Amino acid sequence: MPRRPPQPLIEPGLAARVLDRALARGGDFAEVFCEDRSGFTMAIDESRVERAQRGGERGAGVRVASGETTYFAHVDGLDEADLERTADAAASALAGQRSAPRPLAAAGGPELQEILTDPAGVPAERKAELLRACDERARAAGGSVTQVMASYAEGRRRVTVASSEGRFASDDRTRVRLGVQVVARRNGAVETGFETLGAHRGWELVEGGVAEATAERAAQVALTLLDAGDAPAGAMPVVVGGGFGGVLFHEMTGHGLEADHVQKHASVYEGKLGEQVAQPHLVAYDDGALPNEWGTEGIDDEGTPTQRTAVIEEGRIASYLHDLRSAAKDAVSPTGNGRRESFRHLPIPRMTNTYIAPGTATPQDLIADVDQGFYAVSFAGGQVDPTTGDFVFGTSEGYLIEGGRVTRPCKGATLIGNCLSALANIDAVANDFEMKTGFCGKGGQRVPVGTGQGHVRISELTVGGTAVG
Amino acid sequence: MTPAADLEALAEQAAESALAAGAGDAEAAVQDSTGREIRVFDGQVESLTEAGERGLGVRAWIDGRVGFAYGTDLSGDGLADVAADAVEAARVVDPDEHAAAPAPSDDAGRAGDPGVYHDAQVGAMPTPEKIGLAKAIERHAREADHRVAGVETTVYVDEEVRWALCSSTGLRGFYEASFAYAYAQVIAADNGSKQTGLGFGLGRSPVALDPEAIGREGAERAVQLLGASKPASRNCPVVLDPTVAASFAGFVGGVLCADEVQRGRSPFADRLGEEVASDVLVLTDDGTDPEGMASAPIDGEGLARGRTTLIGRGRLSAYLHDSYTARRDGGARSTANAARSGYRSAPSVSTSNLILGPGGASLEELLAGAGDGVYVTDVAGLHSGVNPVSGQFSVGASGVLVEGGELGTAATEFTIASDLVSMLSAVSAAGAEARWVPFGGSVKSPPLLIAEMAIGGS
Repeated sequence: MPRRPPQPLIEPGLAARVLDRALARGGDFAEVFCEDRSGFTMAIDESRVERAQRGGERGAGVRVASGETTYFAHVDGLDEADLERTADAAASALAGQRSAPRPLAAAGGPELQEILTDPAGVPAERKAELLRACDERARAAGGSVTQVMASYAEGRRRVTVASSEGRFASDDRTRVRLGVQVVARRNGAVETGFETLGAHRGWELVEGGVAEATAERAAQVALTLLDAGDAPAGAMPVVVGGGFGGVLFHEMTGHGLEADHVQKHASVYEGKLGEQVAQPHLVAYDDGALPNEWGTEGIDDEGTPTQRTAVIEEGRIASYLHDLRSAAKDAVSPTGNGRRESFRHLPIPRMTNTYIAPGTATPQDLIADVDQGFYAVSFAGGQVDPTTGDFVFGTSEGYLIEGGRVTRPCKGATLIGNCLSALANIDAVANDFEMKTGFCGKGGQRVPVGTGQGHVRISELTVGGTAVG
Repeated sequence: MTPAADLEALAEQAAESALAAGAGDAEAAVQDSTGREIRVFDGQVESLTEAGERGLGVRAWIDGRVGFAYGTDLSGDGLADVAADAVEAARVVDPDEHAAAPAPSDDAGRAGDPGVYHDAQVGAMPTPEKIGLAKAIERHAREADHRVAGVETTVYVDEEVRWALCSSTGLRGFYEASFAYAYAQVIAADNGSKQTGLGFGLGRSPVALDPEAIGREGAERAVQLLGASKPASRNCPVVLDPTVAASFAGFVGGVLCADEVQRGRSPFADRLGEEVASDVLVLTDDGTDPEGMASAPIDGEGLARGRTTLIGRGRLSAYLHDSYTARRDGGARSTANAARSGYRSAPSVSTSNLILGPGGASLEELLAGAGDGVYVTDVAGLHSGVNPVSGQFSVGASGVLVEGGELGTAATEFTIASDLVSMLSAVSAAGAEARWVPFGGSVKSPPLLIAEMAIGGS
């Protein structure tokens, strides 16, 4: 598909009438968010292609803000009557004087991401073939591979935002994602390997053998873990792998930098703008405009253009992540981080693609300096309490480091610690930068996010394993 | 909301459209729900959401192939489009000899009253009163203890939902349900230590919620952890509070679903009739418990919901089935555990309400039984920390050390590790007081004393 300006989902005239109605009983701000999403998913399991599923939704959410309070209503459908009813519902709790919206700006929008082949135009049979190829490649990795599950998902999300501040902007987002899970068994041991591939791209993402390589990698992880022993327990140096290892930074720092947490006194980074929280070599960004990355969008879900925001510069907190509301409260510019799962949700500050910038060391350098430690290659996921800074991560692939060398694989260990000390203890970052895809949950909303980094070393972190001694 | 007869007519029309589009059999389920969410911060309404949702999902079968599609356009053309998408989806998958539309003969029981899980007070209570309830939770949290520094979020949610289902094989059903819940995330601070605690309550309507109890629980949980330190790594007895026990029970219920079992992805595969837990443990799935938030007269395929004993006196006695897994199993019957999380998802095997049988011990007796151990009041990272295939887990935890059978100092930043079968086998006592917990599904659980688990700390 050639790059083209995004088409608005509703006419500016209709948007203006809806905003007018939304402010009929007063309010400082009104917004209508329209969305049209469609998607297709399919999976292979037991070497059988199954769970083919197609779906689509169209709807809108209208919000009216008055003082500290936001009134919100949403509806399925984008007809004028639907939108008017929703505007009335959002306004119904107010009892003030009509306020007037500003005229809407000319239809605008970002330059769209390059999509070479619209996945919706690719016949479903080819998607089935892709899944079969993944299944075969994973099974060919070794006789101990007993199960392969692979899932393919494509989705297109068109949005239009109009607000009483005159914003009128649209975006058109296409994403493709593949996930492969492999189970291997030998002598009573059962292990799983999981690998994903995803981007703000079209069908071209999975072409040319990349999908099959993803399946093979998942199989290799499962096979390697069959020889795994117990993970160590206790405090030790931890080397974290590149790519999805970045979820560690996402959880332990990214969430605490989301301005809503900070403003509610629920972040360990509150009041630390400009303060040294990490060693001077550490630089990190949130970048919603990275070309074709999984968490990339042209505008956020409030119509603010996405941007690259330095969150840590030379070890100091450089910026929080803002939506319109939090930015107004702090009297700063919004950073394009106002995101929502769908038209049924209110926007809140969210990460896009968050990453630690590459350092100069090699991954080998980081490991060579460790006498007794743990090497966490990748994670199954993690969780943080932004208020206390306590976090926990489940490792999906981990090894023991002994005498500066990676020695043996370890079964599912958990890393546990506190953000401030773990961040301060990052003593080296390697140059093997990579981005990976994930979904982030917050306030009941799930959005696609990218995480990335090269290998990173934390001089001391608690590993929770089963080997106590 | 849309009248029952209209929803039933829409489901019937959609199923017929799928047959017209080429399906051998078809089933349509229509959902219509309304609800509201109120968020309060610092004594003010932060947001008030009026939510309505209406959509349908269609399954189409063609010669052992099944496809699913969903949409929100309920016009005649909209229904036809969704039906055609479902048929097209069925055409691209591989055939499966067990894939077939559920039929009335799959039904083991008689569906209950369609309205018994609905409380009209959800809709009747005016919104300002619900706002008052949310504000009261926040106020009670603040007043509960002088060390409460703030309340990060206070949320009230309610929903009324109607489902109508129609299949070409003759299954038809309608029911309505309601629920309300509220929670508060409370922050406590003292002497440089900062901790958070969650208080929650749930019921069929806001009338069932006690704002003082919810606020106080959040405050008490946060205050209890103040001054916490990292415990030493060791193996020791552990007492799980009901919320933590429920989270683990939810995980166990998940791997007792027959689809995971049949595909060899459950630590309980091929273990029917075997001892998988200590004899004090009884685990039941009950889709009709009047207090259970997952209760309904019918499941997601239109079959009458019922009660299934999963683990009785330590022995694995059943798996949870839908019509597909029952057919694949040969001798089994659907336990009517097909669930839909909404019209956007195809039905799949899931727990309904899990009930962990209570024992006779008070919490004090469980702590005394632990001697020197840990009382775990919260776990984090359950989804990333448990391997559902092997059952091995290592999850983050916080709580209070048990010293000489009594609560001592608070502990955070540690992990508890074991595997599901070892943990269930090490349950040495269950508490008498059980509680409904909305984590990991809908679970009713007492506190549990586990004889030994690995603690990973300093």
